[in-house]
Amino acid sequence: MSAADREVILEANDLTREFDGVTVLDRFNFKLHKGEVLGLLGANGAGKTTAMNMLLGLTTPTSGTIRAFGMDFVKHRLEVLKRANFSSAYTSLPNNLLVWQNLTVFAKIYGVPNVKQKITELLELFEIADLRKRVTGQLSAGESTRLNLCKALLNDPELLLLDEPTASLDPDIADKVRKTIRKVQKERGISILYTSHLMKDIEEVCDRVIFLHKGKIVAEGSPEEIVKKADAASLEEVFIKIARSGDLAAAEGASASN
Amino acid sequence: MNPRIVSALVLRYLYLYGRTPMRLIELIFWPIVELLIWGYLGMYLKEHAGAAIPTIVGHLLGGIILWDVIFRAQQGVAISFLEDVWTRNLLNVFVAPVRNMEYLAATFIIGFFRILVTVTMLSVISFSLYQFSVFEMNWAILPFFGNLLVTGWALGMISTALILRWGQAAESLAWAVPFFIQPFTAVVYPVAMIKPEWVQYVAKALPSTHVFEGMREMLTHHTFNWTHFFWACGLNVVFLGVAGWIFSSTLNTTRKRGLLTKFATQ
Repeated sequence: MSAADREVILEANDLTREFDGVTVLDRFNFKLHKGEVLGLLGANGAGKTTAMNMLLGLTTPTSGTIRAFGMDFVKHRLEVLKRANFSSAYTSLPNNLLVWQNLTVFAKIYGVPNVKQKITELLELFEIADLRKRVTGQLSAGESTRLNLCKALLNDPELLLLDEPTASLDPDIADKVRKTIRKVQKERGISILYTSHLMKDIEEVCDRVIFLHKGKIVAEGSPEEIVKKADAASLEEVFIKIARSGDLAAAEGASASN
Repeated sequence: MNPRIVSALVLRYLYLYGRTPMRLIELIFWPIVELLIWGYLGMYLKEHAGAAIPTIVGHLLGGIILWDVIFRAQQGVAISFLEDVWTRNLLNVFVAPVRNMEYLAATFIIGFFRILVTVTMLSVISFSLYQFSVFEMNWAILPFFGNLLVTGWALGMISTALILRWGQAAESLAWAVPFFIQPFTAVVYPVAMIKPEWVQYVAKALPSTHVFEGMREMLTHHTFNWTHFFWACGLNVVFLGVAGWIFSSTLNTTRKRGLLTKFATQ
């Protein structure tokens, strides 16, 4: 079955957001299918964080709609959030609690059965089982990121929104995190919306990517297709060209002239 | 409202207090200092003007102890919210399936626990040092306590809304907001003392004023003033409704303006 035939888990229709008269996201449309990892790429200010925040219900769209699991997100926010989860490099769990205490609180919020067993399973999955009784604030960046991901998987989400999950990690830990995310995603058929500035992340984890530039979609496809279409050597090269020239066609032109 | 979610959020605060006992100091230290100052002042006044105001110590200590019910309840809401801001945990909570009411209910319960700690300790000290027992108010202590708890929750929601509106720069409001009403709510002096006279109407519009007036009447004449009680209850319904509306609309505005994420990750 092709990706397009699979069930749509999350979709945005003409999602637009303006701040003080400036359009930071302009009629953004996409569909995330079941079991698919969709990367949202773009330079700083491209609109991906705004898009992510609207998809999480943290920012209200100026216009447009979001549907998740076939439901209107605004009307059924709680039902959607029960089946989804989120992790970001820019949030943390309360740093004065122990690792197991933080996970226990969120497991209870999400109504996870067999809390202890679930926490053990996830800590082992991310190879941080020895940190169970550590104070969260004493964890390294890599350990903290993996703890955030444990929190994000507590409720066995069908939809996962990951905002730069490997930011500030060393290459070894980043590699481990990517591989674990991909492994869990494949085993459980999770649909993931993934943002990152690390093209290695995107190439390794994402099935399909959307490039945003100044709030508009400028390219869409698999990482290989986009690299080929832009006549570039790597996704990183495409990223830089789009960030500087604004669209894929210009990127192709720039590539040809180089 | 889902009790499982509320209890999970309460559990988080209990873990926090269990792990950082230094936080208990604010529940103990400042209230004791205040009680000692007002208690000794009361003893001094009793000695020099005792015949004129025979119940002065009770009025002062009763006022101080009951004022702490408002303050701790308000702090339970506002400081619990700030804990999530300080630890950058706010987004995790807001993207979890938690209703605003469940979040608030957890902070209300924490406020109640904080009051139990402080009021129990103050009651023991005031009885030991000044032979003043809060039980001189008999069963009336319960409606007094209940009404002030609700006033504190309402002030807590207003404080949180102000912090949401103006960001972390305004976090000192978490401590300041109750003191906006303190001079006018007649904690340790009767409403009749408030000047100019028109301010007395402002004072009477506060639910807590009717509790403090009722407390003085109870301590002096041993009668429960039902008029003050009904005024306090009615005004509390209005206060709680208005505070809830301010909190919800501020949260919605923060979402509309896209400030929630900035605020939670700054």
